[in-house]
Amino acid sequence: MALRTSPEVGGMGHSIKRKEDPRFIRGKGTYVDDIQLPGMLYLDLVRSPYAHATIKKIDTAKAMAVPGVLAVITGQDLAKYNLHWMPTLMSDTQMVLPVEKVMYQAQEVAAVLATTRYAAADGMAAVEVEYEPLPVVTDPKKALAAGAPVLRTDKKDKKDNHIWHWEWGNGPATDRALAEAEVTVQEDIYIPRIHVASIETCGCIAHFDKVDGKLTVWMTTQAPHAIRTVFALVAGHVGLAEHKIRIISPDIGGGFGGKVPVYPGYVIAVAASVLTGKPVKWIEDRMENLQADSFARDYHISAELGARKDGTLTALRIKTLADHGYTDAAANPSKFPAGLFHVCTGSYDLTAAHVTVDGAYTNKPPGGIAYRCSFRVTEAVHTIERMVDLMAHQLGVDPAELRFKNFVKPEQFPYKSALGWEYDSGNYAGALRKAMDKIGYGALRREQVEKRQRGQLMGIGISSFTEIVGAGPSKHFDILGLKMFDSCEIRIHPTGKAIARFGTKSQGQGHETTYAQILAEELGIPAADIQVEEGDTDTAPYGLGTYASRSTPVAGAAAAVAARKIRDKARQIAAHLLEAAADDLVWEPGKFSVKGAPHRSTTIQQIAFAAYTNHPQGMEAGLEAVSYYDPPNLTFPFGSYICVVDIDSGTGEVKIRRFVAVDDCGNIINPMIVDGQIHGGLTMGLGPALFEEISYDEIGNIQGGSFIDYLVPTAVETPRWETDKTCTPSPHHPLGAKGVGESATVGAPAAIVNAVVDALWHLGVRHIDIPITPAKVWKLLREKGITE
Amino acid sequence: MRVNLSVNGEKHEADVEPRLLLVHLIREVLRLTGTHIGCDTTHCGACTVLMDGRPVKSCTVFAVQARGKELMTVEGLEQDGTLHPLQEGFMAEHGLQCGYCTPGMLMTSYAFLRKHPNPTEDDIRLAISGNLCRCTGYVNIVKAIQYAAAKLHNGHQGGA
Repeated sequence: MALRTSPEVGGMGHSIKRKEDPRFIRGKGTYVDDIQLPGMLYLDLVRSPYAHATIKKIDTAKAMAVPGVLAVITGQDLAKYNLHWMPTLMSDTQMVLPVEKVMYQAQEVAAVLATTRYAAADGMAAVEVEYEPLPVVTDPKKALAAGAPVLRTDKKDKKDNHIWHWEWGNGPATDRALAEAEVTVQEDIYIPRIHVASIETCGCIAHFDKVDGKLTVWMTTQAPHAIRTVFALVAGHVGLAEHKIRIISPDIGGGFGGKVPVYPGYVIAVAASVLTGKPVKWIEDRMENLQADSFARDYHISAELGARKDGTLTALRIKTLADHGYTDAAANPSKFPAGLFHVCTGSYDLTAAHVTVDGAYTNKPPGGIAYRCSFRVTEAVHTIERMVDLMAHQLGVDPAELRFKNFVKPEQFPYKSALGWEYDSGNYAGALRKAMDKIGYGALRREQVEKRQRGQLMGIGISSFTEIVGAGPSKHFDILGLKMFDSCEIRIHPTGKAIARFGTKSQGQGHETTYAQILAEELGIPAADIQVEEGDTDTAPYGLGTYASRSTPVAGAAAAVAARKIRDKARQIAAHLLEAAADDLVWEPGKFSVKGAPHRSTTIQQIAFAAYTNHPQGMEAGLEAVSYYDPPNLTFPFGSYICVVDIDSGTGEVKIRRFVAVDDCGNIINPMIVDGQIHGGLTMGLGPALFEEISYDEIGNIQGGSFIDYLVPTAVETPRWETDKTCTPSPHHPLGAKGVGESATVGAPAAIVNAVVDALWHLGVRHIDIPITPAKVWKLLREKGITE
Repeated sequence: MRVNLSVNGEKHEADVEPRLLLVHLIREVLRLTGTHIGCDTTHCGACTVLMDGRPVKSCTVFAVQARGKELMTVEGLEQDGTLHPLQEGFMAEHGLQCGYCTPGMLMTSYAFLRKHPNPTEDDIRLAISGNLCRCTGYVNIVKAIQYAAAKLHNGHQGGA
């Protein structure tokens, strides 16, 4: 994309330095725990040691005797206000505090309110709870088996642990195509429970002002407006109306989806503040964060892919069992209980596909958030990219060649997938070719042959993913009925500077910079002169927030549309100033000039001043605009990743030698920031591929509940990522942009697994579930007689 | 218990509970909130500060252990309105995104560069392996530290 503005203006395509950074590198950010209010109280939560147990008794006497402890709040207390249960984003129900029983280890049981953080912790430790353990179900297959204990006894008519059945696609056509396929491959793929583990945990300060009846909540949330509405709907009966609720999302220390849900801690803090009239702070610690906040993935997938002998892929069938924990608290659009999992035909032109997903309750924490991806697209990409690789190996065809043969071709766009999505644009072969050239694919394959002859284990893995982001068109996309538009409001000040507010909320993505660049591009006002604000529901226009890579596709588009409204008015003012017909004016970023007389021109700054001092008669003063952008379609970023691994045949350790990532996110706003997003995304693909997992033992004890055993990649394990781009603009997005924050997390794990399986295929290894730990590989190598 | 200590060259005195963590003294008593808390197990490094020049994870040090010590936090990096080359480097090389791990990264790198003025990339990666970052994938953090090493090597007088 050609640059249309100078570096001083800093429109699209310029790697300008981030506006956020001066405060962060000085330690002057304002994260929620940095805020202290006078008279603030602290909340700490008693959590259950059992995964499933009846609560016989909660004795608060010793806790109340701790100096500084003011109250112990239990489910019984909240039940008086009918606040002990709350709805989930998927219209299931979730306990705020339990009255009868606990459903997972680390579940909130009671809350202690105290004058200091330490007193609250002392009080928490002094609360005595008597439990009677109940049978525990942690395996969703067992949960659905006959005779399994029914977990949701609160639901009167519930006779099993089945939540819902959902299917998509053409079942009979898929069955037929698979029956007729000359070659089929089948595989069971488990994508385990993982956690986003943002370095800042979750927390809030709730402050109910009794005098004016207004509740202000500083809160780690990615979606402040939606939270405000949810609070109003849930707590309306106790007098909290929406105009009396203000949600402020301050600087956020990483979100990745984990800061979309409403956690019980937030609600209890609000209740405690409403009751006491004092500010109440709740900040969870890391173990609470890992053990009780929303998980991601936990999909048990069974897939079958068919092809002709010549390598033409034909049909895909997927059956999935989704483990949701004790309630369905996934963060998905209402219409799609399995998110966008049905984009699982990926980059390939299949004739038929069919997907079924069944949700199950287990004694685990609720969740089903995305972990830096758009509603289950990682699960979809992982499955199709594994299956295509499996087919290539089965046919004895190079995995790159099989992909080239079956990619959706550039001339097929807009392309209607076998599962009904309309892909906006793509050049899949272009990205894969570029990645192969960059990494030297042919030479690597020759090296692999030589190494294999010497008994060394080396593998090359490809992932050619297609994402689906920018939710979403209101026709299909809502959360609790709220349509998934997003917004931008711009005010141009008389001196030509501007403020712009958005319905989204950055958690590190750099919105203060990139949104300013969009406006600089559209208006010619230097990005440095544009202040961007988000996260305060009292000032920002309504929007659904930042997740699922939707900020650029939706709010970024709103910025462009709002800026164009301003430009339309600016044209009228310019015509007045230049005494010319509006249609005779030519726009270039920053000024209008008269067609054929370029010396007769006026700048956007002059126009802004005139808007307040010399506007045409009959026109309203001011230069402001707002846009609520409802995208006509989703955007489909894509890319091809190639990973080279060497495996230590003695220890089973997988060493990533090289990783090349070629991404295509359409037109780019800030190349520096895009590269940073890809680096981070790749690392959050590496983590689950090799290290991260939260598992449970038979009685529901969490494994991976602290950073001692939940292994997040450090700088040592993380390879030096090599990135490159192709550019295929989105035809329907006003800026031709597609979004990029999550592409790499979606695409990377399959490339790593494909590389490891590629290294071991000749030994008879067909698949390994992530995370591919040294222990798993070592066990396989021992089974195959490679190591002692 | 009384604690006398110096933070960023300024003397402080506080009366604290023996169990008060150093990070809480810094953040909640002295109100220097640039030092962050990211875990409970000394793994993430967001709370890293320098105690007599050595990086320590202040969530695992009692405030009373800092008695008589000289502490340095992220707020002490900038001198007389001039950013430290590390701060410059993190901005120039896009070595931060959400900013939450950044103060700890800066302090670890500061101590590291004083001992290892000409580090290799592998040296840098090992040095910051006690500081977790979820946003950047470390590539640009490494570049930021290299930027600072080069600038310090070229005779910058900015305090390191």
